Amino acid sequence: MILSIQDVVKTYSEHVALDHVSLEVPKGHIFGLLGPNGAGKTSLIRIITQITAPDSGRVIFDGAALSERHVNDIGYLPEERGLYKKMKVGEQLMYLAQLKGMSRSEAQSKLKDWFVRLDIKEWWNKPVDDLSKGMQQKTQFIATVVHEPKLLILDEPFSGFDPINANMLKDEILAIRDRGTTILFSTHRMESVEELCDGIALINHANVVLTGNKKEVQNRFKKNEFELIFGGELPVENESFDLLGTEVTQEGRQKARIKLHAHVRINEALGELISHVEVYSFQEIIPSFNDIFIEVVSQKK
Amino acid sequence: MNKILLIIQREYVTRVQKKSFWIASLLAPFLITAIYAIPIWLALRDKEVKKVEVLDQSGILEAKDFTDREIQYQLISGDLETYKKTFAKQGFSALVVVKKNILEDPRAVQIFSEKNVSLPLKSSIERIVQNKMRAVLMQKAGISERVYEDTQVDISGETITVSEQGKETSSSSGGAMILAGVMGFILYITLLLYGSQVMNGVIEEKSSRIIEVIISSVKPYQLMLGKIFGVGLVGLTQFLLWIVLTIGLSRVTSVLYQPEVKKEILSIKDKKVQEAVKEVDKSDISPMEEVTKVLASTNIPLVIGCFMFYFFFGYLLYSSLFAAIGSAVESSTEAQQFTFIVMIPIIISFLMAQYTMQDPDSSVAVWASMIPFTSPINMMVRLPYGVPTWELICSMVLLVLGFLACSWISARIYRVGILMYGKKVSIKELSKWIFYKG
Repeated sequence: MILSIQDVVKTYSEHVALDHVSLEVPKGHIFGLLGPNGAGKTSLIRIITQITAPDSGRVIFDGAALSERHVNDIGYLPEERGLYKKMKVGEQLMYLAQLKGMSRSEAQSKLKDWFVRLDIKEWWNKPVDDLSKGMQQKTQFIATVVHEPKLLILDEPFSGFDPINANMLKDEILAIRDRGTTILFSTHRMESVEELCDGIALINHANVVLTGNKKEVQNRFKKNEFELIFGGELPVENESFDLLGTEVTQEGRQKARIKLHAHVRINEALGELISHVEVYSFQEIIPSFNDIFIEVVSQKK
Repeated sequence: MNKILLIIQREYVTRVQKKSFWIASLLAPFLITAIYAIPIWLALRDKEVKKVEVLDQSGILEAKDFTDREIQYQLISGDLETYKKTFAKQGFSALVVVKKNILEDPRAVQIFSEKNVSLPLKSSIERIVQNKMRAVLMQKAGISERVYEDTQVDISGETITVSEQGKETSSSSGGAMILAGVMGFILYITLLLYGSQVMNGVIEEKSSRIIEVIISSVKPYQLMLGKIFGVGLVGLTQFLLWIVLTIGLSRVTSVLYQPEVKKEILSIKDKKVQEAVKEVDKSDISPMEEVTKVLASTNIPLVIGCFMFYFFFGYLLYSSLFAAIGSAVESSTEAQQFTFIVMIPIIISFLMAQYTMQDPDSSVAVWASMIPFTSPINMMVRLPYGVPTWELICSMVLLVLGFLACSWISARIYRVGILMYGKKVSIKELSKWIFYKG
């Protein structure tokens, strides 16, 4: 575990932002931090980045209680992010890198690598004011990762990126993960959760309501539902399943959503189906994170 | 600690690189030099000599009475009405008529001109007629010219301060007042100027949203102190540039002017006029002498040292409050409603300084120079008059303590404020933030 949050409480005057939150983030994972607006994600992130301190509870980072020296091991890209407008890109990144404890020469060589990698060498002496929004976001991303942190916290990293840059960013995130960095990834975009995350935690109303490995969470939310593409007449009255709905696919075939009865095994159901219709395809429905998110959040209300 | 240095460095370098910094640093010494160099230059420059006709109906004036470098008088006699018509055409700026009854009626002088008569011309005419009249009246009363001239003494008192050790220094209360006023004013302006620079810097970081990135690397108080110290060093740099450049420029101008002044005096042939010029020059030089006297009687290193001290700590105290305000708002316009809280003590101390200048040892002045909020300006105003050492030390210690207290309070507000968006804050709210945990 790179990060272990134990029973953390944070209150702002009358408002409880985090109510006895505990969470484990495994090393080397891309870990999705999900939750509706105002659920407490930002409060949690600010505690991990030591911008604020918890009222009670403990945060263990890489085996030791979180302390000031860990600041240099964490990279943080906030959702609302900015740069000094009047400063030149290179100077600015040098400054931010040195604030993360890098030496001048180290920062310079690492930054040069990044500028070459992202093919933005000619930006070094440009004032930030002259950059487009996408360019500024690339700059911010470099500032977040240049000191090679053990934990990278990205808050809505894709917002504002065009598809090409978003793809590039995704590749960089995966490459960074493969080098052993843990990434805590806060987002509303469920498709990027499905695509990138190894594990997730869902925060709602100041509590962690769901956490675990991606596959494991999805399995937990499987409802024993299947998608069936078939030919012929599906029996509405039968022993093994309920028919939830049918539609016609683009190829003109019939598609149905069925839910198996509690004790019926898949093979039994299939056997019954085969005896009635022509089965072209039979597939378990894995719940999307979108569905899980909506289900959990609306249920908790 | 290393990170504070980095922040100081950035704040300092980005500001010193700005054009506006250099414009202000270079322009001010030029302006200061110009303020006294231009009048001298104007005085030395070849003047267009004005010509004035004087119709003396009383017959008391003689040609030798007219001593004026800039105005050429011409005594005439004849009919007033004809001269009235012709004086302007013949190139005379004015026609002066001294009536017969001048000795009985001091208002019996008339000045005719096409355009309005300039004040110096009017006073020159009045001075000449008045001097002559006095001399004539004296003579009539049986007092010789010699006795009259001997009675025209000019008193100029010398002020001497006696130190506790009985050491006497020739001082100048007028000069001390000027020095005090100038230093008080510079402090007043710079406290406001650099204080608001800190505030705008904080607002910039907050509104550009870089703040969250920065404070995930450093503690908010480190960022605040780094900014305050960085801007403060910019201020000190500017002062040093001002002092060095002003002294340098003054040297250069005085060297340039030196031979010209001598030449001017020598070129005047008329002995009488030459004496008059000397007279004029003497009165011109006396403020300069006064300044030299002040400089000689004041302990320059002490004054400069104290000035730097009071600027720096006064600035630190106020700018930490400005930083707290900057953190609580999202734009400069929104900040205005809070800046008055900080401006009020600065303005009050400036107003108190007027009073301190009049009476530097009154109890109000002593208190004003002790209380941290008013002490920077008021102690600097008192300093040229001489301040007991223990009072100075006491005031300095209080100022440092005041700064520590203010920066503690400000840092508490700051760390909450910089992350607060989309919320209008009140003063009550700000005071609550001081007691927030973590």
